[in-house]
Amino acid sequence: MSTSSPQQLSASALSQGHGTPTDKYKGLTGAQAFHRLMAEHGVDTIFGYPGGAILPVFDAIHQAEEFNFILSRHEQGAGHMAEGYARVTGKPGIVLVTSGPGATNTVTPMQDALMDGTPLIVFAGQVATGAIGTDAFQEADMTGITRPCTKWNVLVKRPEDIPRAINQAFMIATSGRPGPVFVDLPKDVTAATITQPVYDQPHLPGYHIREAGTSSEIQRAADMINNAKTPLFYVGQGAILSDGVDVLRKCVDAANVPVTTTLQGLGAFPETDPRSLDMLGMHGAAYANWAVRDADVIVSIGARFDDRVTGKIDAFAPTARAAEAAGTGGLIHFDIAPENINKAIPVTIGVEGDARKNLELLLPLLKPSPRKEWFAQLAAWKKEQPFRYAHDEREFHLKPQAVVEELYKATGGEAIVTTGVGQHQMWAAQFFKYTHPRRWFTSGGLGTMGFGVPASVGGQVGEDILAKAEGRKPLPVVNIDGDGSFSMTAMEMTTAAQYKIHAKSIILNNDFQGMVKQWQDLFYDERYSHTEMHNPDFCKLIEAMHCKAFRVTKLADLPKIMREFIDHDGPAVLEALVEKHEHVYPMLPAGKAVEDMVLDPTPAE
Amino acid sequence: MNENTPQQLVMRHVIAALVTNEPGVLAHVAGMFAARGFNIDSLVVGRTENPELSRMTIVVTGDSAVLEQVRKQLQKLVPVVKVVDYQDAAYVERDLMLVQVSSKGVGGDADKREEIASLAQLFRARVVDVATDQIMIEVAGSEEKLEALLKLIEPYGIVELARTGIIAMRRGNASPFRKVAMARAAAAESGAGGGVDAADLPPG
Repeated sequence: MSTSSPQQLSASALSQGHGTPTDKYKGLTGAQAFHRLMAEHGVDTIFGYPGGAILPVFDAIHQAEEFNFILSRHEQGAGHMAEGYARVTGKPGIVLVTSGPGATNTVTPMQDALMDGTPLIVFAGQVATGAIGTDAFQEADMTGITRPCTKWNVLVKRPEDIPRAINQAFMIATSGRPGPVFVDLPKDVTAATITQPVYDQPHLPGYHIREAGTSSEIQRAADMINNAKTPLFYVGQGAILSDGVDVLRKCVDAANVPVTTTLQGLGAFPETDPRSLDMLGMHGAAYANWAVRDADVIVSIGARFDDRVTGKIDAFAPTARAAEAAGTGGLIHFDIAPENINKAIPVTIGVEGDARKNLELLLPLLKPSPRKEWFAQLAAWKKEQPFRYAHDEREFHLKPQAVVEELYKATGGEAIVTTGVGQHQMWAAQFFKYTHPRRWFTSGGLGTMGFGVPASVGGQVGEDILAKAEGRKPLPVVNIDGDGSFSMTAMEMTTAAQYKIHAKSIILNNDFQGMVKQWQDLFYDERYSHTEMHNPDFCKLIEAMHCKAFRVTKLADLPKIMREFIDHDGPAVLEALVEKHEHVYPMLPAGKAVEDMVLDPTPAE
Repeated sequence: MNENTPQQLVMRHVIAALVTNEPGVLAHVAGMFAARGFNIDSLVVGRTENPELSRMTIVVTGDSAVLEQVRKQLQKLVPVVKVVDYQDAAYVERDLMLVQVSSKGVGGDADKREEIASLAQLFRARVVDVATDQIMIEVAGSEEKLEALLKLIEPYGIVELARTGIIAMRRGNASPFRKVAMARAAAAESGAGGGVDAADLPPG
């Protein structure tokens, strides 16, 4: 493109004169405009960490009254806190960090948010525009680095472009399938004063979201569900993100269809309802996976046929495939992200759009059916293969599942649960009954160990704000963690202590990276290559971080200590010394078919 | 998929994408293709009649499932305004090639200049530079035409070769980009600006 003038190529799309210009930012510095825009977008909390290149912004928000600032111990922590906040409140999580390492440390949370559809906006300082590209101190090509791990990113080159950049960031992060957005703010841009009229309205000719499917698509979907003998709803986080849980419930009532949820969809449909089949997939319920096998119509609502759900693609949903060939059934996929339709699994009917809007269109077309045989079969399977384990009363052999169950009992299910990644995460999904949306969040797509501690801190901040607004007592946010995951981001308990955030963690400590060990047990002849952990004395560590520590070593003490832990009025950690050789069951090994599912060897009661 | 499903046909697709003219868009598109394992045969970027937009012409080979993903993943990128697959459409494609051919024959002293020049003429190619032992030819056309010419001049000895890659455009008034252009022209005339034009949105 040698004929293009350099000015034209470097001109930012942000500067183009679409809409009506406003003078309301005139006289403000870029940093002051940032402050004002946060207030306009109703931001009540920012998570982050200061540094050289972002100092003008930190100076502008010094003693800001509109929002609280939570100082993390590591920028990754700030990112996961913002994700936790977003998952609990439904509002975008806001992160403010400096250039270079401050910004690169937020890459993991951004990829995490991209995979799990979490609205996250990261603002980072950048070296002054004149120094960009010179390998300046704490310089990193952040728009280059974050391009594949964000929905959108932008380098702001003039203070006049800050308002539009921020407005677009909020719009993109929160609409469609939510996700992360990165805004790079050079130091001279935030320090400079806005002197020109500002075009602050979003201008995104390439950003389209389809609200709902066509009436013929919806009608075809309804006909297929109404004619099905053994239908199944397979529900993901899309139902929660669209606030569609109540309409989902009505659809289930109207059509009388059983429901299984993904890991991220837990809470979209109450697991206490007899039509719930709990979670499906690799460590999902056997009865859920069998229902997928035998369902003639599978309706995916805001779920994306992840490989942890499908197992072997060719062997997935054989009954629905046969019904598709016979013209009597098949797979229906409701998804707001068109690229998710026909990506992993080719479907019979794909319906783009917001889950809630599509379910609202579907609801009046659904017809009731008793489906007696189908529900009888499901009930028999549920009785035959429940999630289960055998208690062990010996000291230091406490079963991790028992700890999760005790948390459920002690809280009556009235808690918000988050996790790290591994065995403890699966037990948390299996043995706590989720009945409400936004009371469970975990790192599903990316599988980020270390997610739990900061996510619980950010989640508790969000829950406290929600509870205050609604005039109720906040629910406790409890991170069910492993020793490996906890160790990755444990320092964020100091953040909880500093701001008196009552976030809680349970460490299911087996001195191993348990899930990796499980695979080494099953597939690598028990060769524990670098999975054994030499852990600190967690209780001393936690007390050193000004938090309350509890330890439980045997089943007999569990109820009492769990009670004290839950009732403690402040940030606290409960260390449970658990059985080292416990495995998560059922297990559908990666890339295998449902026939290869390994069931729990414990005899059913 | 069951065994009765016919083998998906692998085909060459020419895709045109209108993208916003800003830094990083080419890297964004190229990075997405690399990250998702799509093979690009060629990718060309250039300016359009609208200074805010660039046009990318991308040639990809794959079956219909791959192409559906390519289209959707492109459309997902915020700087990508519109994507059109020219499969099943009447369109014109052009590739421009410069090729330097030895006029001395392979290792010999023979003078092949006339022969090469007349071959070029048959393809409506132009001789754009002549040296004592080399001759440079410029030719534009479809990929097939260029390949056919190359095959014939290869025996003379190709010294250097450069190609632009494919650009393509739909024939007649059927261009889906036309709606965008007309709407923009109308908006510019009425002095109205701003916002997303309904004509920019995908159909339905």
